[in-house]
Amino acid sequence: MRSLRSPSPLGRGVCHLNSFPRLAPGCRLNEKTQQPRTLLMPERALRLNGPSLEIVERCDGKHTVEQIIVDLQKIYSKAEPHKVEQDILGYLNLLQKERALDFQL
Amino acid sequence: MTSTIPNPLALIAELTHRCPLHCVYCSNPLELQSRTTELTTEVWSRVFKEAAEAGVLQADFTGGEPLARPDIVELVCAARSPGLYVNLITSGLPLDEAKLAALVDAGLDHIQLSFQGAREDTANEISGTKSHAQKLRVLEWLRQHGIAVTLNFVIHRRNIDQLEQMLAIAESSCATRIEFANVQYYGWAFANRENLLPTREQLNRSVEFLKREQERLQGKIRIEFVVPDYYAKYPKPCMGGWGRKLMLITPSGDALPCHAAQVIPGLAFENVRDRSLHEIWEQSAAFQKFRGEAWMQEPCKTCDRRELDFGGCRCQAWLLAGHAAATDPVCSLSPIRPKVDAILTGINAAPPAQLFVKPAWLYRPNPA
Repeated sequence: MRSLRSPSPLGRGVCHLNSFPRLAPGCRLNEKTQQPRTLLMPERALRLNGPSLEIVERCDGKHTVEQIIVDLQKIYSKAEPHKVEQDILGYLNLLQKERALDFQL
Repeated sequence: MTSTIPNPLALIAELTHRCPLHCVYCSNPLELQSRTTELTTEVWSRVFKEAAEAGVLQADFTGGEPLARPDIVELVCAARSPGLYVNLITSGLPLDEAKLAALVDAGLDHIQLSFQGAREDTANEISGTKSHAQKLRVLEWLRQHGIAVTLNFVIHRRNIDQLEQMLAIAESSCATRIEFANVQYYGWAFANRENLLPTREQLNRSVEFLKREQERLQGKIRIEFVVPDYYAKYPKPCMGGWGRKLMLITPSGDALPCHAAQVIPGLAFENVRDRSLHEIWEQSAAFQKFRGEAWMQEPCKTCDRRELDFGGCRCQAWLLAGHAAATDPVCSLSPIRPKVDAILTGINAAPPAQLFVKPAWLYRPNPA
């Protein structure tokens, strides 16, 4: 049998440190061979670079918010860790507001 | 020399002009192309590949009704395989569960389902056929397949007072995006304009309602609202500027800068059967004609807003001012604006009884 998903129209989850962000239906990254890397969405596209690409690549339903923060703090080890965390949380919330992201527990 | 012309970002693929609906505001030209002139699967496949190579990110499959093409699943594969994001804009009428499953498996990214109203009687009147009940069935299948969905309600005088019921349909569905798009007056909508333009009071009420709802549904459902530009102070940045972002291919392969460009006399369109998409984008005279600012007249030429709205819509300038390089006449700075105001006054001064009686619609026929 085909696997069927039934996303609920309301309540797309909340951004906690232990929730798993995942790109919403209809949102995907373009292929690695296509430059520039872009988040494709219904009727829109968001060009990604550096940290934003690192974040979106990890929004696969397998990384927690906390893991993403730890990963990026390693990659951007010269930046102030608290600032990295705040920037990531801000960006994830923005993507959810844009309906590009869901959070699962 | 490197090119200074930006890439096209989206390709609007009008796969066919055939359609089971006869909507009175259809954006197709009055002269519809017949089935015998339609591009083959092979040519479309080449076009999608060339589009991806030229930097296009998204392909919008539209028509007519794109599902009228028997090769629609193959076409979705052909567009998805070079990496394009594939959006199917459909009435949902020819859809069944097996076809939907095949489309999803082929890599379809998103479906935009059009609605003609919230109530069966209005929706069927506007589409000229029994269509509403099938759309509600389609909504249920879409939920089961978990595909991303936008609902598109085309708004006008006869249904703008049903926004609350339309939103209720959307909220109970799996859609994460809703477009309330007021009719824009081209093609069949231009022919039916006197019976479609909402009153100012209707428009104001709808704007207030949707502002509230946008706030309430933030983060859950994205609501887009397109106002009828006859009521606007400044024109819309039509197609994001002529030859700047979008390219439309007609069923027979003509490459146009927008849906309505064929109304402008003297423009010669090149065909994707004869030339590559990239060459047409960069070199075709029709795309060059209103690209940039050199063609602009006053007041656009020296206007601070010219990089925001690019002078508005060239087709509307032709339709209302009789001159395609004129400032879009809906602009409050246009010398022709009084003509638009006179059209609005005609609607707003008319007795309500006259405005809401069922008109003699000019329905869009189905081409051979």
